[in-house]
Amino acid sequence: MSTTNTFVQNQEPKVHDTDFEVRSLDTMCVSDTEFKEPWYGNLKYLLIGVLFGIVFVKAEIISWFRIQEMFRLQSFHMYGVIGSAIAVGMLSIFLIKKFNIKTIHGEKIEFHDKKFNKGQIYGGLLFGLGWAITGACPGPLFAQIGTGATAVVVTLLSAIAGTWVYGKFREKLPH
Amino acid sequence: MLEWLSQPWPWYIAGPLIGLTVPTLLILGNKSFGISSSLRHVCAACLPAKIPFFQYNWKKEVWNLFFVLGIFFGGVLAAWLLSNPDPMVVHPNLQAEMAGYGITDYSGLVPTEIFNWPALLTPRGFIMMVAGGFLVGFGTRYAGGCTSGHAIMGISNLQMPSVIATCCFMVGGFIMANLILPFILSL
Repeated sequence: MSTTNTFVQNQEPKVHDTDFEVRSLDTMCVSDTEFKEPWYGNLKYLLIGVLFGIVFVKAEIISWFRIQEMFRLQSFHMYGVIGSAIAVGMLSIFLIKKFNIKTIHGEKIEFHDKKFNKGQIYGGLLFGLGWAITGACPGPLFAQIGTGATAVVVTLLSAIAGTWVYGKFREKLPH
Repeated sequence: MLEWLSQPWPWYIAGPLIGLTVPTLLILGNKSFGISSSLRHVCAACLPAKIPFFQYNWKKEVWNLFFVLGIFFGGVLAAWLLSNPDPMVVHPNLQAEMAGYGITDYSGLVPTEIFNWPALLTPRGFIMMVAGGFLVGFGTRYAGGCTSGHAIMGISNLQMPSVIATCCFMVGGFIMANLILPFILSL
């Protein structure tokens, strides 16, 4: 069996797709109620990305040195950033659920429970190793390139290649 | 105002702003915050190669590509209009350690002595850019998310698998930074 079965309901896929960042692979979402809007509706995500990227740069979150300090326990900065981001995110989700807040299109906001699989351990460790080498998670890579560190394009292309290789050998990896 | 904005922003400004991305994306369009999946969409769009993992309608996820393109432009704008003229201030112990590897340039956020084009042909540069990038892409997808999807979105939504993944990110990072990276940097 292959993961193509995730598209077929009522059938058990070999590797459960717990990658809920992708709505379309989530069988629970097949009857998609996603509001259809013209392409320029995506410009609002571009704008949020711009603001997000500015915060990344100005708070030095994309700095290789800040990541090194974090993993050497030499600075509280990154712990403060991630910790307070989680606190605000948690409070926001609590409020959205409690007051049943809808999207601007009046849709119900959906949350997906993540299922545990061993990939979170193996993949998590591998990503951790890469994070400390490159000093960047995927988001900061884009911002680093924007600030003029053009050689980081290689790191980004290599990350895309890594994602592709994972997809290629997914069935053979322990999950 | 501009001068004030040009200074490095403290964590208690930046962290909450990043946290606010979670409800903003949800309220604007029911989007779960997550960045590493953009790499998957690029694979699905450019080189799906009949691999089941890349057989999905990536166009429905195109918002994520707009989002990361925005992050790139945010980097451009911040470096162009709000750049801090002073070198980065880092912990003296880190500075001393880095000096031992010939890293002394703190004018940029990314050390130019490591991440530059000619360095790609050196063992150190190759490992740090090519192998490092590969681990980031492979590991995040294997884990099903990165710092944004797991650590921020997942933990905010009280997901145990995300707590486990985030702990593993940190363990991997500590091992690399303290035990392995010193060898790579001295290559």
